[in-house]
Amino acid sequence: MDRALKLGVADGVAFDADSPRLEERAETLSLVIENMHCGACMTSIERCLKAIPGVSEARVNLSARRASVTFDPARVEVQSLIDALGRAGFRAAEAVEASGDQDVARADDLLRRLGVAGFAAANVMLLSVSVWAGQASDMDKAAATLFHWLSALIAMPAIAYSAQPFFRSALEALKGRRLNMDVPISLGISLATVMSLYQTMRGTSHVYFDAAIMLTFFLLIGRYLDQRVRVRARGAAENLLGLKALGALVLDEDGTARRVSARALQPGMKVQVAAGERIPVDGRIVDGVTDVDASLITGETLPQAVASGGTVHAGTVNLTRPVVVEATATDDSTLLAEIARLMQAAEQGRGQYVRLADRAARQYAPAVHVLGAATFIGWMIAGAGWELSLTHAIAVLIITCPCALALAVPAVQVTATSRLFGKGVVLKAADGLERLAEVDTVVFDKTGTLTRGAPVLSNARDIDDTTLAEAASLAISSRHPYSRAVLMAAEARGLDVRPAEGVIEVPGSGLSAASASGERRLGSASWVEGVAGLHSGTGSLWYGVAGQAPVAFHFDDAVRSDAADVVANLLRAGYGVYLVSGDREETVRRVAHEAGIETWQAAVRPDGKIAVLDALKSSGRKVLMVGDGLNDAPALAAAHASLSPSSAADISQTAADAVFQGDELGPVLESLRVARASQGMAIENFAIALAYNAVSVPMAMAGHVTPLIAALAMSLSSIAVTLNALRLKTARLRLSSVRGRR
Amino acid sequence: MTALAWLIPCALALGAVGLVAFIWALNSGQFQDLEGSGWRAISDDEDDKPQP
Repeated sequence: MDRALKLGVADGVAFDADSPRLEERAETLSLVIENMHCGACMTSIERCLKAIPGVSEARVNLSARRASVTFDPARVEVQSLIDALGRAGFRAAEAVEASGDQDVARADDLLRRLGVAGFAAANVMLLSVSVWAGQASDMDKAAATLFHWLSALIAMPAIAYSAQPFFRSALEALKGRRLNMDVPISLGISLATVMSLYQTMRGTSHVYFDAAIMLTFFLLIGRYLDQRVRVRARGAAENLLGLKALGALVLDEDGTARRVSARALQPGMKVQVAAGERIPVDGRIVDGVTDVDASLITGETLPQAVASGGTVHAGTVNLTRPVVVEATATDDSTLLAEIARLMQAAEQGRGQYVRLADRAARQYAPAVHVLGAATFIGWMIAGAGWELSLTHAIAVLIITCPCALALAVPAVQVTATSRLFGKGVVLKAADGLERLAEVDTVVFDKTGTLTRGAPVLSNARDIDDTTLAEAASLAISSRHPYSRAVLMAAEARGLDVRPAEGVIEVPGSGLSAASASGERRLGSASWVEGVAGLHSGTGSLWYGVAGQAPVAFHFDDAVRSDAADVVANLLRAGYGVYLVSGDREETVRRVAHEAGIETWQAAVRPDGKIAVLDALKSSGRKVLMVGDGLNDAPALAAAHASLSPSSAADISQTAADAVFQGDELGPVLESLRVARASQGMAIENFAIALAYNAVSVPMAMAGHVTPLIAALAMSLSSIAVTLNALRLKTARLRLSSVRGRR
Repeated sequence: MTALAWLIPCALALGAVGLVAFIWALNSGQFQDLEGSGWRAISDDEDDKPQP
C-alpha cells in the first residue's frame, strides 16, 4: 500500500490526535469505485467525500474508476469513507497498489519520447521535402548540404533520446543471446543515422535522417499503444482485486463492534454478518441460524440452512438472519486455499504463451540480417568497394525495419479492446485477445453462466392472483431467492403487493404471519404442513393458510435468454461446445437441453473441471472456459482463454482474461468474433508489410533506393497498416468457421 | 536564400513551443483522465478556485 504521509507538524509541537484543530497531518489514499459511469457520478462522489469532516481533498479519475482522497487519519477512518460512498450508492474499496504506477510511468515516458520524436520528424520532413523538391528545380548543392546539416542537428539528439527503449531492449536481448524485434530496429535506426552523418560530411545525397526519425516515431506509437493496453488491463485487474476486499464488522471481547477491512481479519476474530451481506471469511457460525446462498462456490442455486457450529465460506451470501461468524485459521485445508493452489498450478502452464508478434520476430529478425549481409557481400564481390556496399546494405536494413510488426499489432489490439469495452467486455490480460482467437472449443459452467443464477417462478400460470399477492406479501420481507422470485412474478403481473404485518422468518423453513383468517405460511413442505396439511404433489415452495389446501410453487433457474442462440452460433461456426457443472444431473441435463448443448457432465468438482480441460487439451483442442463460480476459478486459469460474467466470484474475475457485463451471453460471441477478426487483421497487416517489402527490398539490394523512396515507403506502409487496423472499430463481423483448423 | 535565415529558426521555434507545451501538459498529469476532464468542463458546480 502506497500511502504518502505528509507530516507538516511544526517543530516542537507535539501531535495531539484528539485535537480537531490540528489538521497538519494528511494521508492520501486511492479508492476503487465500481459503479461510476459519467460526469454526474464523478461530481457526486467528490461532493460526498468532501462533505466528510477531516477530508481535505477528493479527486476522481473517471478513466481509471478511482478516487484519490486526502484526509486526516486522526479524524477519519478509511472504512468510514467507503461507508459514506456506500450510502450514496457507490461500491467502493481501498485500492491494491501493486506495480501499476510503474506501468503508468512507463507509458508517460513513452509518450514524452513520442512527443520529441514527433517534433523532430515533422521538422526533418519539412527540410527533406524541400531538398526533394529542390532536386527537380534549381536548389544548389550548398543549400542542400545546409538542409542536411540542419536535419542532422534535429534528428540526432531526438533519435538518441527517443529511440532509447529500442536500444535498451535490443541490448538486453543480445546479452541473453537471443534475437527480438528490437535488434533489427536498433540496427536499422543507428546505422542509418551514422551513415547519414558520414554522407552529410561528404556532401552526397544518401542522407536518411528523415527515414530514421520517422521510423522511430511510428515504432514509438506502436510501443505506446501496447503499453496503454497493458496499463488498462492491469488497472482492470487491480480494481477487481480491490473490490474483493469488503469491510467486516468485528466484535471485540467486550462486545463492542468496529468496522475493519476484510484484509485485516485474523483467525479467531468474531465477525457480525447482517442478513443480505456477503460473508467475508471462512469460518464457523458461533451464534445464530441462517440460510446461506453458496451458489458462487458450489454452483448450487438453492440456499442451504446453516445452524450454529456449521461452517461457512468466504464469498457466500447470508440470506435470512444476522449471524456471528468466528474466522477459522487460514490453514491449507480451507476451500479458498485449495482453490488458490489449483489456480497457481494452472497458471504456470499458461505462462509459456508466446505472442504473435514475438513468434513473427523470431523468423523475421534473422531473415532481415541475412538479407543485409547478403547485399553487402554481393556488392563487395561485384567490386563496388566497402563504402557503396555498406550504403546499399544499410538501405536494405532501413527498408525492412519491421514497422508492421511493431505498429500494426498494437494498433489492432487497441481498436479491438476499445470495441469490446463498448460492448461491456473488459479485457484484463494484454495477450488475452490472441489466446481467445485461437480457441476452438467452448466449455460453459451452468449456474450464473448459462443460467442467470437466480430462480424464476415457472408455474405462475397455475396460481391465481389472490394467492400470488398473498404469498408475495410474505415474500417481500425475505431475501431468499425463492421469495424474490415470487415477488418478481407478482410484480410482473401488476399486482399490488403490500408487506404483511408481523412476518417471522425461520431459517431453513420459511415465513409465517398471523392474519384474520388464521396463520399464513410460505416455505418448505414440512413447514406449511404445520398449518395446512400437505397436499399431494411436489413443489419447491408451498403457500398455505390454516384450513385451506396449500398451493405449490415451482422454480427454474432460467437459462439466459440468448443462450440457445449463442450456442447455435458457436456450433454453426464449428466450435465444440461443452457444459460442465458441479450441480445435480437432472438440472444439468435440462439446462443442456434448453441451451442445445449435446455434451455435458454433471456433479464435477473443481479439480474434476481441470481434468476435463486437460483431457480436451491433450486431444489437441484449445479451450475457452466461461464460468463464474469460485469452483470455476482454477478451470478459468487452466483454460487457454477464459471469460467470466461481472456477477462472478471475485477470484474468478481475477482469474479470467476478460469480464463481461449484462444479462446476456452475447458478449461471449462478440469477444470471439473481435478476437478472431483482430488476429486476421494482424496477419493482413503482416501481408501488407511483406508485399511492400517484396517490391522495395529487391530495389534496395540492387542499390536503387533513394532517401525519398525509403521515407515514402516507410510512411505509407505504416499509415496503411494503421488505417487497416482502424477498420476493426466499425466493421460488421461474422464468426468465421473454425473447421479445418483442427 | 536570406529568407531561410529567419524562416527556419522561426519554424523550429514554433515547433519547440508546441513540444514544450506538450511536455508541460504531460508532466502536469493532463493526460491521466481524458474521460473525466471532458465531463469536468461542462460540470456546473466544479470548483475551479484555488484551494485556500
